[in-house]
Amino acid sequence: MRLTRRDALAVLAGLGVTGGAVSLTQFDPPTADSTGKEGGSTGEDGASGDDTPPTAVRDTMAAAAEVVYPSAAEGVSEFVETYVVGRARDDSRRAAMVDAATELDDVARDWEGAAFADLPAADRDRLLRELGVDAADPVPDGTLSERLRFHVVNELLYAFYASPTGGRLVGIENPIGHPGGAESYRRATMDEPETTDSGGETDG
Amino acid sequence: MDRTPVADADVCIVGAGPAGGLVAHRLAESGAAVVVLEAGPRFDGDRREQLEQHVRPGLDGPWEMGGPRDAFSSSGESFYPLNAARVKGVGGSTLHWQGMVMRLHERDFELDTRHGVGADWPVGYGDLRPHYAAAEREFGVAGAADNPYAPPRDEPYPLPAFRPSHSDSIFAEACERLGIDMHSVGNARNSEPYDDRSPCVGYGTCKPVCPSGAKYTAESHVEKAEAAGARVIDRARVRRLEHDEAGERVVAAAYTTPDGETHRQEATQFVLACGGVENVRLLLLSDSDRYPDGLANSSGAVGRYFMDHLFAGMGGRLDRPTRQNHVGFNTSECHQFYDDADPVNGLKLEFLNYAGPSPVIDALHADTWGDDLLDQLDESYGTHVSMGALVEQLPREDNYVGLDRETTDDLGDPVPEIHWSVDEQTEAALSRANEIQARVLDELGVEDRWTVGPDETGPAYHHMGTTRMGDDPESSVVDAECRAHDLDNLWISGSSVFPTGGAMNPTLTIAALSLRLAESLRAQLG
Ligand SMILES: Cc1cc2nc3c(=O)[nH]c(=O)nc-3n(C[C@H](O)[C@H](O)[C@H](O)COP(=O)(O)OP(=O)(O)OC[C@H]3O[C@@H](n4cnc5c(N)ncnc54)[C@H](O)[C@@H]3O)c2cc1C
Ligand code: SF4
Repeated sequence: MRLTRRDALAVLAGLGVTGGAVSLTQFDPPTADSTGKEGGSTGEDGASGDDTPPTAVRDTMAAAAEVVYPSAAEGVSEFVETYVVGRARDDSRRAAMVDAATELDDVARDWEGAAFADLPAADRDRLLRELGVDAADPVPDGTLSERLRFHVVNELLYAFYASPTGGRLVGIENPIGHPGGAESYRRATMDEPETTDSGGETDG
Repeated sequence: MDRTPVADADVCIVGAGPAGGLVAHRLAESGAAVVVLEAGPRFDGDRREQLEQHVRPGLDGPWEMGGPRDAFSSSGESFYPLNAARVKGVGGSTLHWQGMVMRLHERDFELDTRHGVGADWPVGYGDLRPHYAAAEREFGVAGAADNPYAPPRDEPYPLPAFRPSHSDSIFAEACERLGIDMHSVGNARNSEPYDDRSPCVGYGTCKPVCPSGAKYTAESHVEKAEAAGARVIDRARVRRLEHDEAGERVVAAAYTTPDGETHRQEATQFVLACGGVENVRLLLLSDSDRYPDGLANSSGAVGRYFMDHLFAGMGGRLDRPTRQNHVGFNTSECHQFYDDADPVNGLKLEFLNYAGPSPVIDALHADTWGDDLLDQLDESYGTHVSMGALVEQLPREDNYVGLDRETTDDLGDPVPEIHWSVDEQTEAALSRANEIQARVLDELGVEDRWTVGPDETGPAYHHMGTTRMGDDPESSVVDAECRAHDLDNLWISGSSVFPTGGAMNPTLTIAALSLRLAESLRAQLG
């Protein structure tokens, strides 16, 4: 399954981040989403100025996403790029997310001798687990592992599983947090159009 | 912000939930000078912040409940989680509520006459009927007249009902075979645009927050009251009502603002609308030489007969997709057993659209990620079903709200004490609800079953009965108009006036009584 920039924008819109660098219309039509021009998109999003997290942070987040997301996910870096840039527009989050990702990168350089994003996926996964991030409670201003859980792992998991594409992977195209309309709950399957009124309407 | 008192107020309303908001709106519209004092803040700004606070672990709760301001004690056999059961702020507990709304049944107003239990109300369904219709218009209730057990009504609902869910259609197969009827749920939630608010867009987080504004909150009426000239002062905690020398009238509400200043708001009429717990607390804190047991309490009934609805539930899993957690509200319920006499307690069944876990919320709590996590979510999501029920608890003198004089809040005032337990008769009614639920789930072949019955039950967060209405000043606190027997100009709005609680979520009845109260109070203003 392929994640698109549009998916990231949908999650951001659910979180109230719209307009400017992350406007939904900017990337219309959807086919433009998957052109995959890393540099180009960064340039556009970067137009909002100081909000944009440094490239190293975006790379670290994308590298973390590759292990945090199921292996079936494609288009991860573009999706994460869009999400992280949008998320960083929230002043209350940007600094803490940048700090956490930077610290993760520093640990990778100290312990493994390479940038987090340059490590093989298995080593990234191991490093996060060695830091206790899997078992840590997410705490926005907690210990390093707690902050990594909140600002890196859970930020990424939220983006994924609150998006219709991520949700679909587990059978729900309108996950909690996503304003996916008041019709999907009536359908028998993800793809089928509406069911007929076999439910309450025959009753009472 | 200026939080000083308003000069020449006709009406001072304490509390800006639906009970206060509706009265404020009606009176302000009629030209009265209205001031509303609200203990909590205005939650301005983007509701999606609250959405994230709800979904993501590690953030504070969305409505800032539970600090020193909200201290309480629970002394009964059953712990009462008061701060999960209310919100303080403009909009009151409707900020958090689920928003299912239905009228009480006719029998609820005359339980004593019909069955020799509980108490009769001094008003009947017929008295409230037009006010129920008005309340449905105020809330913008989505519903359908498809419920043969509901009390009679003259007019359609203002909005069409939300149509049944896929999950309802699964239940319908079993219910049809068992002869159990299903009908639509009244929802204070826009199925279409209404009252300048969005239709439902499926965020799925109705309780505790609807980011789209489709779910009704009393913020609507507070805002309309302000547009009609009312003044609303937030973060104004009323700590005492003062009366005149004769003890006949309330003359002022003393309130403290965040800067620590205490002010006195004078007015001609006073309306208490703080919810079923804080109404009691304020009356008891307002004791005086003239009224040593608290204001409006010559009957001794203030705080007594505290009731809530009890939850009974059952669920499990099927071998097919059940499509849960797309929306955060229900679309079908069953009133068929509500009026039964054995047990006499009212009982309403619900078919849930949010059974089992939500993948996104599970993911954020998981202790792994990647493909492992996906496997876990695949296993945990997709095939759950569950039924809920609300069960009536009859009024008992020994369930009460009082003051815990040993414990004080951050202003130094004694905190409310909830003394609550669940009696055997209510337990029997919970078992009855479980029996019916088990029949349905058996018929469906539901496995991995869980039950919430008499041993696991908890309250539905409806605080009722603590300033009961009645004709007799010896045994009740307010009269049929919701005016205190003891004081000429003190009115009480909210479910604390319910003599019995039925098993219907209370807020439509609160709204109907509030609109009726506003009419009576308006007549007093001349
Ligand atoms: C989780 C949850 C789900 C619910 N779901 C439903 C549902 O589906 N259907 C339904 O009918 N009902 C539901 N309810 C109940 C519903 O929210 C209440 O019945 C309703 O809000 C009560 O209205 P009220 O105005 O009387 O009190 P509230 O809404 O509680 O408002 C009282 C206000 O008074 C203020 N106040 C208190 N003390 C003071 C003071 N001393 N000075 C100044 N201000 C004060 C408070 O800050 C508060 O804002 C639910 C409640 C909860 C908690
Ligand atoms: S599902 Fe609930 S939270 Fe979402 S838009 Fe509808 S009413 Fe609001």
